[in-house]
Amino acid sequence: MMWELIQANRRKSIFIFIGMGLLLILIGFIFGSYYDSDAGGIIGVFFALILFGILSMISYFAGSKIMLAVSGAKEVTKDVHPQLFNVVEEMRIAANLPHQPKVYIISDSAPNAFATGIKPENSAIAVTAGLLGQLNRDELQGVVAHEMSHIINRDVMLMTFAGIMLGAISLMSEIFTRSLWFGGGSRYKSKSSDKGGQAQLIIMIVAIALAILGPIMAQLMYFAISRKREYLADASAVRLTRYPEGLASALQKISNTNLDLKSANKVTAPMYIINPLKKKGMQIANLTSTHPPITERIKILRSMHQGVNFANYQAAFNQIKGKQSAIIPPSGLTDAAAIPLRSSELSQTSFETDKQVKREVGDLMMRLNDFRFVSCSCGIRLKVPPDFTDSKVSCPKCGRIHTL
Amino acid sequence: MVFFLVFIGIIVVVGLFFVSIYNSLVGLRNRVKNAWSQIEVQLKRRHDLIPNLIETVKGYMTHERQVLENITKYRSQAMDASTIGDKVKAEGMLGNALGQLRVQIENYPDLKANQNFLALQEELTSTENKISFARQAYNDQVLFFNNKIQMFPSNIVAGMFSFKEEVFFEVEDKTERAVPKVSFN
Repeated sequence: MMWELIQANRRKSIFIFIGMGLLLILIGFIFGSYYDSDAGGIIGVFFALILFGILSMISYFAGSKIMLAVSGAKEVTKDVHPQLFNVVEEMRIAANLPHQPKVYIISDSAPNAFATGIKPENSAIAVTAGLLGQLNRDELQGVVAHEMSHIINRDVMLMTFAGIMLGAISLMSEIFTRSLWFGGGSRYKSKSSDKGGQAQLIIMIVAIALAILGPIMAQLMYFAISRKREYLADASAVRLTRYPEGLASALQKISNTNLDLKSANKVTAPMYIINPLKKKGMQIANLTSTHPPITERIKILRSMHQGVNFANYQAAFNQIKGKQSAIIPPSGLTDAAAIPLRSSELSQTSFETDKQVKREVGDLMMRLNDFRFVSCSCGIRLKVPPDFTDSKVSCPKCGRIHTL
Repeated sequence: MVFFLVFIGIIVVVGLFFVSIYNSLVGLRNRVKNAWSQIEVQLKRRHDLIPNLIETVKGYMTHERQVLENITKYRSQAMDASTIGDKVKAEGMLGNALGQLRVQIENYPDLKANQNFLALQEELTSTENKISFARQAYNDQVLFFNNKIQMFPSNIVAGMFSFKEEVFFEVEDKTERAVPKVSFN
């Protein structure tokens, strides 16, 4: 059940947290020794621990706020998009979560979504205006379920700690390599005063190797964790909605777009449901991708005919990938009862044209940016920008005066 | 003396083990209760939504008097139901009637263009979804709880403190799982 997954993720978080601490201490020691072979190591370790502490504190207490601010997400109330609110609440109920995540909308027409919040109590789900415009109810439900799964599986916590590790190692290596160019003087001083020149040389080589390889290794680890989390969130999402096709067709729609999400960057990319950067060339699963290839995720979801258990997902995964790789921890595969699939919602088969979708997305983005909407009795809707200060506005079509 | 201490130690360890099992059983039972209360919250929402829905739809759907009357009837039955069995049955009928209404609505393009109605329809769809998701979460919890009660060693503790298996919230196959028929004339 869910609980085992949460426990497994907690253990992994602690493991990564300790591992990253040790790695940082090592790096601090080596870099420090490079400058001063006697006392430098200790100072380096001290410096590394402080850096690590500060980064951990920031990301633990303000991580989700920073993530939301960087992505340009705005918290919205139910009247802006009732359907999104309802779908979030539906998934909260399905997950039996006591707290309702906050709902954010990003005013961007590229479809994408992410979840934040170390603890479920202060979690948030953010989706772009483009996503709301393009997806139907079932698809939106699939995406929200995927994000909700990140929250209930404590993926956000795991990814945050993994992210700090990456950040701290990159930062240390950056500082070190820069100081090689600018502050190289101390090196020669300590070297000349030191008798063991050989040991110094070894430390120098190790330090440079660490500075180059450390960030790459950390990044590969980060990406590997991220890919696995995505599969697991897909599996949990299907378990929540009982409807794999919703998420599958949402992923397909999202991947068909060629828009780049403007506010996303290298660090925040793994948080999104699909990689918001580098739309092309993501078909091949390689070590440097943050997300599993979408075509594979869709194929796995669409081959789940038997049921929506974790075991069913694992079976579908093995079949599509052609190899055995434990996506679900063994303890999570124990829910014996087969869970049947649900059929689609029958109503709401409204086919919208591209133009309608664009208008809907545009309206939503304007509403997010504090535009006021006035309906004129001649049938058109005036969209008043927030910097419009007059108290009256006249309709461009019929000339009626509206008071704001 | 040593033997006595070892004996005491074993008793303490076993006691702690039983206490932890007991606590987890209580925790699980509370989760089941909480999941049940979620269902009730959503059923109440469904009942609150219906008068509003009928009011909006009435003007348009002049030929569907029977469907609307059924909805009102089952709603009051569901609200008056005293036993859980009655409640489940009445809610099943109500869900079925609402499903019929949703099929009928397809024949009224004017109604589907009404903004007020569209907002209501979203609320109705969502409430129906929430009910079924709440039921799903409840059944998951019940399954987990019942497994715990039946499995060794927690079954011993469950037997000692008379933890009883909870009942699944099943819907009758005939009423709710049936796909409503649509006829094209």
